[in-house]
Formats: sequence, C-alpha cells, structure tokens
Amino acid sequence: MIRNRITDWALALVLPVLLLVAYDGWARTADDFFFPPLSEIGGTFADEWLFTRIPTDLLPSLVRMLAGFALAVLIGVALGTLLGFSRTLSTALDPVLQFLRALPPPALIPVSLLVFGAGDSAKVFLIALGAVWPVLLNTVDGVRGVDRTALDMARSYRVPAHARLTRLVLPAALPRIFAGARTALGIAIILMVVSELIGADNGVGYVVQLAQRGFDIPEMWAGTVLLGLLGFSANALFVAVERRVLHWHLAISGRATTGRASSAPRRRSRRTTPNPTEAAGARRP
Amino acid sequence: MQLSTTGTAAPGEPAAAPPTARRGVARDGSRLRTADLGLRRLGLGLAGVVAVVLLLEIVVRVGLLPQAWFPPPSEIFPDFAGLVTTGELFVPLGQTLQGWVLGILAATVVAVPLGVLIGSLELAHRLTRFMLEFLRPIPPVALIPAAVLIFGSNLDMKVFLIAFGTFWPVLLQTVYGVHDVDPTARDTARSYGLAPRAVLLRVTLPSALPYIATGLRIASAIGLILAVTSEIVVGVPGIGVRITDAQSAGGAEALMYAWILAAGLLGWVLNGALQMAERRLLHWHPSFRPGGGR
Repeated sequence: MIRNRITDWALALVLPVLLLVAYDGWARTADDFFFPPLSEIGGTFADEWLFTRIPTDLLPSLVRMLAGFALAVLIGVALGTLLGFSRTLSTALDPVLQFLRALPPPALIPVSLLVFGAGDSAKVFLIALGAVWPVLLNTVDGVRGVDRTALDMARSYRVPAHARLTRLVLPAALPRIFAGARTALGIAIILMVVSELIGADNGVGYVVQLAQRGFDIPEMWAGTVLLGLLGFSANALFVAVERRVLHWHLAISGRATTGRASSAPRRRSRRTTPNPTEAAGARRP
Repeated sequence: MQLSTTGTAAPGEPAAAPPTARRGVARDGSRLRTADLGLRRLGLGLAGVVAVVLLLEIVVRVGLLPQAWFPPPSEIFPDFAGLVTTGELFVPLGQTLQGWVLGILAATVVAVPLGVLIGSLELAHRLTRFMLEFLRPIPPVALIPAAVLIFGSNLDMKVFLIAFGTFWPVLLQTVYGVHDVDPTARDTARSYGLAPRAVLLRVTLPSALPYIATGLRIASAIGLILAVTSEIVVGVPGIGVRITDAQSAGGAEALMYAWILAAGLLGWVLNGALQMAERRLLHWHPSFRPGGGR
C-alpha cells in the first residue's frame, strides 16, 4: 500500500521534472529573449516575491479576492435559499439569472470603473458580481432538491423554522453549494487578475503587467508563476475545507478516496448516486 | 426543474458525470404533462424578465439607482435595437465569435486525442496526473501579459489565450470519460474480437462523449470570458472594445449597457445552443433518454 503510494508519486513527478529540465536546457542554449532559463526566473522570484512584495502586492490581491469571494458566497447562499423556497419565484427568475450567469464578467469592468472609480471597492465589486451567480444558482438547486419527506416530517414534528433551515435545508443543499462555490473561486481568481490589469496601482497582476511593459521578462514570468501557484493553492485549500466540511457526505457515498489514480476499474454502479461534491472535488471549475 | 438543473450544471460547473443533472427530464413520462410544464415555465420566465425590467426602470426613475451609472432600461433597449437595425452589432460580434471558435477548435483538436490517450493508458494517466492537477487551476488570464508580448495585441493572442484556457477542461473531461468507460463493455467488445480501433470508435468514444460535451460546455463559457477579457484589457477588436469605447466616450452609458447586453445574450445563446446540440447528438445516451438516469 505505502509502496504503491510512493511509486504513484514518483511516477507523477517524473514528467513535470523532465519537462522543466528540458525547458531549462533549451532556454540556456536558445538564449531567447522571451524565455529566460529557470534559474533567472527563480532568482527573480526569490528576490521579488520572497518577501519584499508580499505586503505591498500579494496581500492586497488576496484580500480583494477573498472579500469578493466571501461576498459572493454570502449573497449567493442567502438569496439562493430564499429563491429555492419558492418554486414559482425561482422558475420565474431563472431566465434572468441564466442571462446574468452567461454574461462574461469582464464585460462589467467598465461598469465597476464607472461606479467605483479605480479603487479597491471597484475590484471587490467586480469579483463579487462575477462570482455570485454559480453560488446562487447552485443554492437554488440544492434547496429545491431537499427531500420533501424529510421536510414534511420536520414540519409535522414541529421543528421550528430556523432549525429546519440550519439543520435540514442547508446541510442538504451544502454539497451543491460547495460545487457552486468552487466554480465561483475559479472565477474570483480570474477576475482578481483581470481587475489588476486595468486601472490598478498594486497587486500581483499589476506587477506582471508593469514588468511586461518594461520588458523585464524574468520578473514577468516570476509573477505569472506566482499567479499559477496562487490558483493551485486556493484550489487545494478549498478541496481540503470541502473534504472536512462534507466528510459525512463523502463517507456516505463511499467515495472519500477519489482523486487518486486508482488502477482498480471503477464500477459503473457507483455512479447511480451522483454526488455533485465529489464531482467538484475531482474536476475543474 | 429540468431547465434550471441542466442550466446550473453548465459552464464552469465541474460536472463529473455530466448526465446526472438531467435525471429530472420527463421523469413523469407523460408527454402532455411535460409540455404543460414547459409552457408554464416559459410563461413564468417571460413574466420574470418583464418584472425585472420594469422594476429596474422604476428603481432608476425614482432615483434609487443613480441614472449616471445606470440608465433606465427604456434607454438601453432602443440603443440595443439601434445596434441591431444599423447592423453595427454584427462586426464586433463576429470578431468575438471568431476568436471563440478558433480558440476552442484549437484546444479541442489537441485535447481530445490526448485525453483519449491519457485516459486509456494507465501509465500515461499516472504520469500526467500530478501535472494536470497542478496546471488546471492556473488562471489563464495570468498569461495575458506574456501573450501580448509574444504575439502582440491581435487575434493570434486572443486565440492562444482561449486555446490555453479551454484546453484543460476539454482534456480533463475526456480523460475522465475515457477512464470511466464501463470495463465490462470494453472487455466484451474485445473478447468478441473487435479490433482496437473498433473498440475505440464504437465503445470508448461514444461512452466518453457526454463527458466531452460537458468539457466543451465549460470551455464555451471560459472561452467567452477570455475573449471579452482580451478585448477589454488588451484592445483586440470585438464586443469588449465597444464596451470600453462607449464607457470612455462619456454620456454614452446606455450604449455601453447595450453592448454589455449583447455580450450577455451571446453567452446565453451559445450556452443554449450547446445544450441543445448535446441533447440532439446524445439522445441515445441513457442519461438523455426519457425516464433514463443511470
């Protein structure tokens, strides 16, 4: 078992390492202006991002992203729960919500600039506005999908409304909410970067843009790598939280150990109980 | 029920088993009732749209929303109609669509064969697993500065960006789809003496198709986001440029919202069209059959 894991990891690391080495070798001999060798990018990364620019650029980026994401989740869950309780209302608003979700959020950058100017609030507004729809729509679905029988039973046992909400409806909707939040997180990171490419004076995206304009190529790549790491870690963190919060759900469906490249063939029957969270756990936003 | 469920599983949503969301389709079997429900949904939806537009109009007229930021819908719609009737809408629309189509096409042409390869060879799957998990969550917009430098502010850059961003969802969904092919069906085909190519074409690809379709739907949403981003941030011609132009012109707020409306409608139509195509092409698949589900 343990040995299997080790070979798993060793195998998984072979290709990335090979690719990096190949790139470095190529970059050293090719001497292409746009593609500096890894050592140069790494050196710049250490100089710039460990840790001089963390308080000046990384933190502002993260704070704006988290604020926008948190707003999106709060508003999305609150509105989505309200809508989910009324079948008529949620059906009536469905086209409008679908439209708003289909609207590519960067199209709203000019609106956020118009309303809030170039400050932090414009960026937080944009992130929240772009990320709220997947949370909202998934919450509506989750709440609408709550087991009728369980709900009726809770009612007939005179479980008070707030307890019905916090003990029954929200937990039942939680897997779907998480799936929506995961999509929202991906959008929030994209919008964090995009909002820093226009009318910003700090942030990781801004630094990358500035480096590009000044033809400081290693710095540009260092910032790009940082953004990649950021996306990766945010996603990994989210999955960890989701696993923790939804461990009961994953345990019930017996698929807690997914994401591993199991060599055992998956049985088809497992998919008879679709599990949106697990889906989210292993697939992309 | 069905509309909103299928809808929500749409872009960005990491649907593992794409079909699951559709289990509500015509569960009750009777055609008449389904048609009735559809009508009701349509009526309610229309009423919802009208109500929201009216509400916005009132909110703006009363002054709850400042008119300088948000002109009333009664000013936006004529501007939008003007864009349509003068034909001004169509050139930027075509430019945005062009980038979208080329980018997704480039991504798909590479991602699907690669995904089939990775999904069917256990060793390839294990070799690439970590790399895919790492590369997947990287925000494609992080590459905008580099792409501008390397390609310039033109269509090439837009297509590259879209191709890069949409490559991952298509690849991953293909891998999952191929990896999840019913081993019994594959082994049966093999033991009946089907050649590897026939197994691929008749068993593996068809059963992975719903996954690939989901990958494409995710890719469609991401592709549009990236198209508009490259237009707004970098200035590659398309709808995005018109939005920023209208904003910087001053006094043309209604026109700006008309262009934003166009962008939203484009996304909405693309999503709807893909969903419909999926239903048409995959009607034989268990998850799309009435009363189906797995």
